[in-house]
Amino acid sequence: MAIPVLLAVATMTFFLVKLAPGGPFDAEKAVSPQVLKNLNEAYNLNASQWEQYTDYMSGIVRGDFGPSFKYPGRSVTEMIGIGLPITFELAIYAILIALVIGVFSGVLAALKRNTLLDFIPMAIAMIGICVPTFLMGPLLVLIFGINLEWLPVAGWGQLAGDKILPSVTLGFAYAAYIARLSRGGMLEVLNQDFIRTARAKGLTETMVVIKHAMQGGLIPVVSFLGPAIAGLLAGSFVVETIFQIPGLGRFYVEAALNRDYTMILGTTIFFSAMIVFFNLLSDLAALWLNPRSRDIS
Amino acid sequence: MSNSASLWSDALYRLTRNKAAMVGGSILIILILCAIAAPWIAPYPYAYQDLDLGAAPPSAQHILGTDILGRDLFSRILYGARVSLLVGFVATGVALVIGVSWGIVAGFFGGTIDSVMMRIVDILYGLPFIIFVILLMVIFGSNLWLLFGAIGAVEWLTMSRIVRGQVIGLKNQEFVLAAKAMGVSNFSMFRRHLLPNILGPIAVYATLTIPQVMLLESFLSFLGLGIQPPMSSWGTLIKDGVESMEEYSWLLVYPGITFTVTLFALNFFGDGLRDALDPKTTDS
Repeated sequence: MAIPVLLAVATMTFFLVKLAPGGPFDAEKAVSPQVLKNLNEAYNLNASQWEQYTDYMSGIVRGDFGPSFKYPGRSVTEMIGIGLPITFELAIYAILIALVIGVFSGVLAALKRNTLLDFIPMAIAMIGICVPTFLMGPLLVLIFGINLEWLPVAGWGQLAGDKILPSVTLGFAYAAYIARLSRGGMLEVLNQDFIRTARAKGLTETMVVIKHAMQGGLIPVVSFLGPAIAGLLAGSFVVETIFQIPGLGRFYVEAALNRDYTMILGTTIFFSAMIVFFNLLSDLAALWLNPRSRDIS
Repeated sequence: MSNSASLWSDALYRLTRNKAAMVGGSILIILILCAIAAPWIAPYPYAYQDLDLGAAPPSAQHILGTDILGRDLFSRILYGARVSLLVGFVATGVALVIGVSWGIVAGFFGGTIDSVMMRIVDILYGLPFIIFVILLMVIFGSNLWLLFGAIGAVEWLTMSRIVRGQVIGLKNQEFVLAAKAMGVSNFSMFRRHLLPNILGPIAVYATLTIPQVMLLESFLSFLGLGIQPPMSSWGTLIKDGVESMEEYSWLLVYPGITFTVTLFALNFFGDGLRDALDPKTTDS
């Protein structure tokens, strides 16, 4: 299933980019016809559309996304290689922050339903959902970076603590979603018979929650993680722009603003592949966690 | 409550009892009126520059201050409301038209048509649509109409699923069978018999889609890929605010507050509408 979808995405993107008005080299100062011809040859633009397409596709299979139009001498694959580890690290921190804070406060809210421990985290979660990342980031910078001067306002891995603000900014909205999802999931599970059985067996409350309730109650969170990757990617565009982090997200936005078509084409296909892959992974994980669907399959 | 109350009057009654929803709704009405009346209530034209003044903090002449070019921030927020709300409503409208038609057709015909159409929706769900919107904006240049279309084309998926589910629940009921027996054409079946019965969920989901659409628009504008100057939306105002927040923090704070309050209002109103129209909540 995943492979034909990716093939369709790659094909669609390829021809969409070909539809773009104007050639890649006519923006700046005019070049002589001979130079243009050589350029076109160098970038394989004289071949027929079909040949370009098949060349490109076979390149992708080998992991070669072609040259970048705007950074001569650099290939798109190289750029992905530079940017991806940084974006990946950022995403991992953000997801960890989101999971720890979200699950903890969501489970707590469900256990202490209708008390302050329920209302306050849920109110904060509502703020997290309503305040977009591109506002949350600058506000955090304004408070912790500029006014309090506790943390660096930009960069990645150059100054101590400069990874904190970007990760928190990116993770906060997801912490909010995960808190709501885990609260809902836990509330549903806590009323079921097997929880009563577990309590009747004389298990401690902690054991009941951790061993029995959380396994079922957190399935919605696991299924949310796959689609969250797509959102995380969009978030990384914003966060990397705000904090000037040289990751894949900022490369993508820069490529879009500079109309670096090959870079856009390559990263779009690459992002799609990642998202399809993570969706698959989270579906499988949710299936595996749910004993009912495990028995059927 | 009397049994004779119709779904809508019943829902209206419950909605008016929900304080958060009513506050949200009132804020929205005020915002919409302000946006429509912007040319008359804005103290300055939105492009009016007072270069001698430059960026000034809030004062009696400029209640929310001015930006680097000496433009009145309050007026720009008012004019930005027009663009942001317009994108919110129009793009949601586009999503509504696609999603409802798709869902009705799939649900009503069922069988192979249904499974093919829903399979397509499943596949599209798994794709990084935000990247496609960006791609479209890059390739065709960012103009307002493309923005409506591109965002609308992204947000219809959930709507089609909701509508399909509702239609499947309806299509074997007596009134639909009776209409079918009387030889009602498919189109008037959709329009006269099915659509009026699923307006509730559609209204709820549409209200909850508007804030998402507005977020997407401002996200694009923030990155410089959405609304282009001299037009401004709240997204572009926030972008400008971020660029100068170290010296002139009000340029970030006020547009940010306006935007957040609007999103809160839309979410509260949408949640209230859902509670009011969903019969299941009557019990609790």
